Order: sequence, then structure tokens, then C-alpha cells
Amino acid sequence: MQELSLNVLDVVQNSITAGASRILIEITEDLSANLLKIVIEDNGKGMSPETLRRVNEQFVSSRSTRKVGMGIALFRAAAELAGGSLVVESEEGRGTRVTARFEHDNIDRVPIGEMSETMVLLVMRAAEVDFIYRHCYNGGVYEFSTEQIKQILEDVPIDSYEVLQYIKQETHGGLTELFGGVRDEIS
Amino acid sequence: MKSVEELLAIKNKIKNQVDVRREDDQRVRIVIGMATCGIAAGARPVMTAFLDELAKRNLGHVTVSQTGCIGMCKLEPIVDVYVPGEEKVTYIKMTPEKAVRVVNDHIVNKNVVTEYTIGSSEK
Repeated sequence: MQELSLNVLDVVQNSITAGASRILIEITEDLSANLLKIVIEDNGKGMSPETLRRVNEQFVSSRSTRKVGMGIALFRAAAELAGGSLVVESEEGRGTRVTARFEHDNIDRVPIGEMSETMVLLVMRAAEVDFIYRHCYNGGVYEFSTEQIKQILEDVPIDSYEVLQYIKQETHGGLTELFGGVRDEIS
Repeated sequence: MKSVEELLAIKNKIKNQVDVRREDDQRVRIVIGMATCGIAAGARPVMTAFLDELAKRNLGHVTVSQTGCIGMCKLEPIVDVYVPGEEKVTYIKMTPEKAVRVVNDHIVNKNVVTEYTIGSSEK
């Protein structure tokens, strides 16, 4: 994947498929610790210990038409290439948490990329899910919550084109401000 | 959130729109493959281009949705266009530029962009 935000888009779809009603995406950039951490946490149906073991070992899919899945494997490869790791924790009936760590300044660390576009596509894909996207950068925090937007919209659907455009601008603007005007990466 | 007023304005605008939405069987549908293979091949910028172009041209009767992998990963990004009363058209190896042309030629002017279709690639 060319951007980590694409891995996020891909892996969060597992949470949607698992029937989650609430999905947290938390990105932490701690430059003093040289750490980039991406956490995806859902309240979906979770995995059995046996499935979890296989997810941590090989390409796994829950589909019946096909035996392999690449989403987690690609995300793990991106983390390990950048001196980091990926851990999947899960409990049946409770949910799943995927934690990817990267060395922030590693030359092979893929740029985070356009998280605003990823959020728009996720809202489109699963308008009924409550998404929380939190981005921490050197002490500052930006948070976006679809629950808040739905409260304001009342009966207007959150996946209307105009609202999706608004979400893209809102998240893009919020992140730009968090980074102090310019994102320090080239993608 | 910074601009709550802006969101309220959008809400009121949508609520006050006269319902020009056509019946479901009259709607044009665009379906984009968004599984791991599609995303890796560049489906997200294609989707963004469709959304931007449809919003720009105010084509409210067109719905865009996402689907999974259909087993032709090497042809991704794949986009299906369903126009009511016509056969489904499958476009392959899409780019944002091709997406803009599909909206303009196929959806607005009803001319299928033959050179981007799966059929033309097999010849």
C-alpha cells in the first residue's frame, strides 16, 4: 500500500464485517519517542483463540469463497519493514484491537497519507457505525466523531454527498491545524 | 469540530431540497471494488474522483457504493456502472482521470467509454 491510511481503510473493513457498531481509530505520533502507533479497536464479534492464533501467523480470511486474506498481512509487513510490529488482540463477543507500531523516522516507514479520504469512504461504507478518529501529534489532539455529526444532522443521512464533502474538509482542516499548517511527509 | 454552523447550513439545505429523487429503479448505480486488492491498486482516489465529480455536477440521482473482491484482482480498480434499462458496464484499471470521463461521457451523455471496458481489454 502506498499510504498507511489505505491500510487503515482496508483493516477497518474487517471491523465492519465483524458487525461492530463502534470503531475507534487512534493514530499517535510521538516524535520524542520516535514512535508512530496506529490502533484500530472495535466492538464487533471478535475471534476465537484458534482464529486469533492463525491471524497472527498467516494469511487468514473469514470468507468461504477463498482461504486467504491479505489485509492484516500487508499492514504487518509495513510495520515490520519500519522497525515495528503488529499485534492483534481479540475476545469473542467483545471485539478486536489491532495495534501497529512503527519507528517514526525509519526510512522505510510508509507515509500516513490522506486520513480524511479514508474517513469519508468508511462513513460511506457503513453510515450506521459510530466512528471515532483521534490523531495525537506531539502533545496536540484532533478528534472527529460521527456520533457528534449525527446529533447535529438528526434525520438527514450522514452519507449524503454534501455531508461527505463536509467531513472531508473538516478532517483535512483539523489535521492541517494539528500539524501546524503543513504535514511533514511527502506521499 | 470547528464549523458546526456550516454543517447546520448543509443540513437545512438538504432538508429543504424539493424531493427530486427518482424512484429506485430509475437510479444510476456506480459500484467500486474496495477490497484489499482494489485499495492497493488505487481504488480510493478513483472513488474520491467519482464523489467530487458527482457533487460538482449535482448528479443526485447517481448512487455510489463499494463492493468486495470479485476475483479479478489484476484488473483492479474495477468499476461497474448500472444504468436502468441497459446492460451493466464494467470498467477496469480505473484512474481518477478515467472516472471523470466516465461521469461525463457515460452517465451524463449516455455514451459508454468503450476503450476502458473489460470487453475491449480482452480483444
